[in-house]
Amino acid sequence: MKVLKLVSKNTTRHLLRTLLTILGLAIAVMAFAIIRTSVDAWYAGAEASSPNRLVVTNNISLVFTLPLAYREKIAKVDGVTGLSWAHWFGGTYVDPKNFFAQFAVDHNTYLDLYPEYLIPPQQLATFLSERNAVIVGRQLADRFGWSLGDPITLTGTIYPGQWEFVIRGIYTGAEETTDESQWFMRFDYLDERMRAEMPPRAGQVGSFIVQIADPSRAAQMSATIDSLFVNSLAETKTQTEESFQLSFVAMASSIVTGLRIVSIMVIGIILLVLANTMAMTARERVSEYALMKTLGFRPIHILGLIFGESLFIAGVGGVLGIGLAFPVKWLLETNVGGFFPVFTIEAITLMLGIVASLAVGLVAAVFPALKAVKTPIVDGLRIIE
Amino acid sequence: MSRPFVQLQNVNKSYWRDSLEIPVLNDVNLDLPEGEFVALMGPSGSGKTTLLNLIAGIDRPSSGNVIVRGQNVSRLSEGDLARWRSDNIGFVFQFYNLMPVLTAYENVELPLLLTKLSRSERRRQVETALSIVGLADRMKHYPNQLSGGQEQRVAIARAVVTDPVLILADEPTGDLDKVSAQEVMDLLSRLNHEFNKTIIMVTHDPRAAEKAHTQRHLDKGVLNSHESPQAG
Repeated sequence: MKVLKLVSKNTTRHLLRTLLTILGLAIAVMAFAIIRTSVDAWYAGAEASSPNRLVVTNNISLVFTLPLAYREKIAKVDGVTGLSWAHWFGGTYVDPKNFFAQFAVDHNTYLDLYPEYLIPPQQLATFLSERNAVIVGRQLADRFGWSLGDPITLTGTIYPGQWEFVIRGIYTGAEETTDESQWFMRFDYLDERMRAEMPPRAGQVGSFIVQIADPSRAAQMSATIDSLFVNSLAETKTQTEESFQLSFVAMASSIVTGLRIVSIMVIGIILLVLANTMAMTARERVSEYALMKTLGFRPIHILGLIFGESLFIAGVGGVLGIGLAFPVKWLLETNVGGFFPVFTIEAITLMLGIVASLAVGLVAAVFPALKAVKTPIVDGLRIIE
Repeated sequence: MSRPFVQLQNVNKSYWRDSLEIPVLNDVNLDLPEGEFVALMGPSGSGKTTLLNLIAGIDRPSSGNVIVRGQNVSRLSEGDLARWRSDNIGFVFQFYNLMPVLTAYENVELPLLLTKLSRSERRRQVETALSIVGLADRMKHYPNQLSGGQEQRVAIARAVVTDPVLILADEPTGDLDKVSAQEVMDLLSRLNHEFNKTIIMVTHDPRAAEKAHTQRHLDKGVLNSHESPQAG
């Protein structure tokens, strides 16, 4: 308690310097939290994936399609309990900058495989009965201010022309990691127009989603499915949904690695900022520590003063930085929400931010504290401010 | 004959600069009775402050013994020495050495934070100490709101607040004007006469030294064997 009083007095001695140090720490901790959240966002798809789902794509690349006719053979594979398909549509809304994920899905089966998308039964019924109906995620609807019944026109980029839709359903996620930024239109609506306008592109899908009863058989079933189409014009690549999602992360692995490195560098910057402040502080107070030792204060008291001040500054900076992360996250979500469908600051990130701040507080004080303790009293008393 | 209150036996002190030994005190012997007020005088670099530091237990002799009230200070561990200093020594510095972030009251209270006294007991002692030095009305002032003389009186209050047996003053008037120096010396004299504090004071100032009972002279690390008694 007595040391705490001195710590509080010392902390406010150079108020501007203390405030600037706290601000520097807060910005660094905020950056750390946002960067970590960005890294987490890359993995959100993988984390939300189900072990009971396999994804079948073209073996050459995701951009190549598979014949819809494959569904007959895949459905007959032992262990398959459900099958559906989806196709990337790739349209833009009003402005080419308005990019979001649009999938043409089999309306009869697709949503049965994704119980994490929660849709009111009445809305689902309408989706099943109207060919140009779409279901959108709550986050996507909020982004563009859509509500049920709104007519929406998309401009096709892969499938040219104007495409008319009506919002008939808005889904919410059962989990915090569920992507609420997707658009689901009916595959038959796309396919029929292709049959009329571009017949070679009809009857093609981007991926099959296979529901399996036993996740432990995923590897074996994947091999079985792929073996069905060996030496065909469109060989398949079957993998678990998690592997499929991680393949997207792998495409941006250098970015993710870069972000991780930057987050570590941010901690280094915090350390330098605080270490500099604490070094200046301890240097200025050499004679005061010598006086205290003369009066009978022991090294533990001096250590308490220096570590206490450093931890106080680091703690306040850490808490402020975590607090700042939320409005910054909101700003990012508002502006780049389409890029990161799930952008949530996790509790572990908050904890890491605080722990990193306090660790930095401890490390930054080590050398100044040791120097203050080891400086002989007579040497310290010679220094007059 | 009673045991001396402060006793230095064959004390030598050298500092090392790289491999060069710099002798500061040379075979110093000193016996002081309780209640003594002695002025240590001598030219700059003669070893006065070093001698004071050895008696205060904030430095250690290269050889010899420093004995205060029968306790061989030179043989105490650092931890024991810190406790011994807080129990026995009051220190007054030339440049006051007050903590700038603490008020006069808090500066005087500082040594009491190491004791088990309650808050009210500490308050009583601090107020008494500040009354003795005539600064009871300046308790809430910070050092930069006080004159040099007042700062030194706060430092003296801090030195006596724990009721130490020995007060060591290192050029207590060295940074003060004539009037303030006189006030400080009157205060030290009063502490010696009224409160029977043993005081060892380093000074260059002959007028300050006149307040002491005796003067001892150091020259090139050698303590003059003859005392210069004062009228008192």
